Amino acid sequence: MSVSVREISVGESRDMVLFEDLSRTQIVMYAGASGDYNPLHTDERYSTEVAGFPGVFAHGMLSMGATGRLITDWFGVDRVIDFSARFVNQVWPGDRLSATCTVEAIREQDGEWLADLALITVNGDEKPVVVGAATVRLDS
Amino acid sequence: MPAERFPVEESHVMMFARALGDQNPAYRDSDSPEVQSMGAMVAPLTFAMAASQFDPDNPLIPQAGEAWFGSGKGPGFKREGGASTGMLHAEQKFHYHRPVRVGDVLSGTQRDGEEWTKESRSGNTLTFREFCIDYHDENSDPVVTVTMVGVFTGEPPKSEDG
Repeated sequence: MSVSVREISVGESRDMVLFEDLSRTQIVMYAGASGDYNPLHTDERYSTEVAGFPGVFAHGMLSMGATGRLITDWFGVDRVIDFSARFVNQVWPGDRLSATCTVEAIREQDGEWLADLALITVNGDEKPVVVGAATVRLDS
Repeated sequence: MPAERFPVEESHVMMFARALGDQNPAYRDSDSPEVQSMGAMVAPLTFAMAASQFDPDNPLIPQAGEAWFGSGKGPGFKREGGASTGMLHAEQKFHYHRPVRVGDVLSGTQRDGEEWTKESRSGNTLTFREFCIDYHDENSDPVVTVTMVGVFTGEPPKSEDG
């Protein structure tokens, strides 16, 4: 899978609903797969009574990893050179998460065509939770 | 400590992709056109985080015979080195030399990255510090570099980091 430099243009974007209603079970699945069993994310009693949060909340890396779907579905897993994300707000069970990926720049570097992408994932109140960037290789 | 030996296994990749809600056949179907075109089943972009399963010192995995800080009979307790570090996970970066493939056996080497300061809106000095892990394959070729950016607020955190 690949995208040619002729197939995309600056300003073009795609969006995707990552989770319609993020479940606690989804967060448990991420804890189990990733090896981050911090009870803040899966243990309501610990999170509220010991850590002082209103409840459990998702790992930032769950939101970042899910956001990555948008890049790999569009450009292919083997085309990604860089992927970064800042965690700007917490994600809670029940949140609806949707992500948007926008082509910011298309450039040639060392004989290769690259696209710089801007990523943003928002919750159901349109509040950003992950703000990211990626660079992918394009076919010439 | 980063994982010295991180074997990338098919069922682990399947579970990780499922945890992200990602149904890309590249992660689970060896007959798919995606896998055929890449020559191997691959892992999601952030899969290197799962190396922590193979980190013998990972404090976020319960160990047999040791007290766990989450709830049981009681509500649990504050983890030593958790809240007290005052560090928050601000940013995460991945730089790929190639995709992580099922069958890879990766090894991680940790190094310090850059450090910088910034003034917060309330006038406190925030210190940002990068922690980098370079993952190599069995031929010592680079595969992915994972950088975690932590921010130290210089104040006791309101709640435990996470």
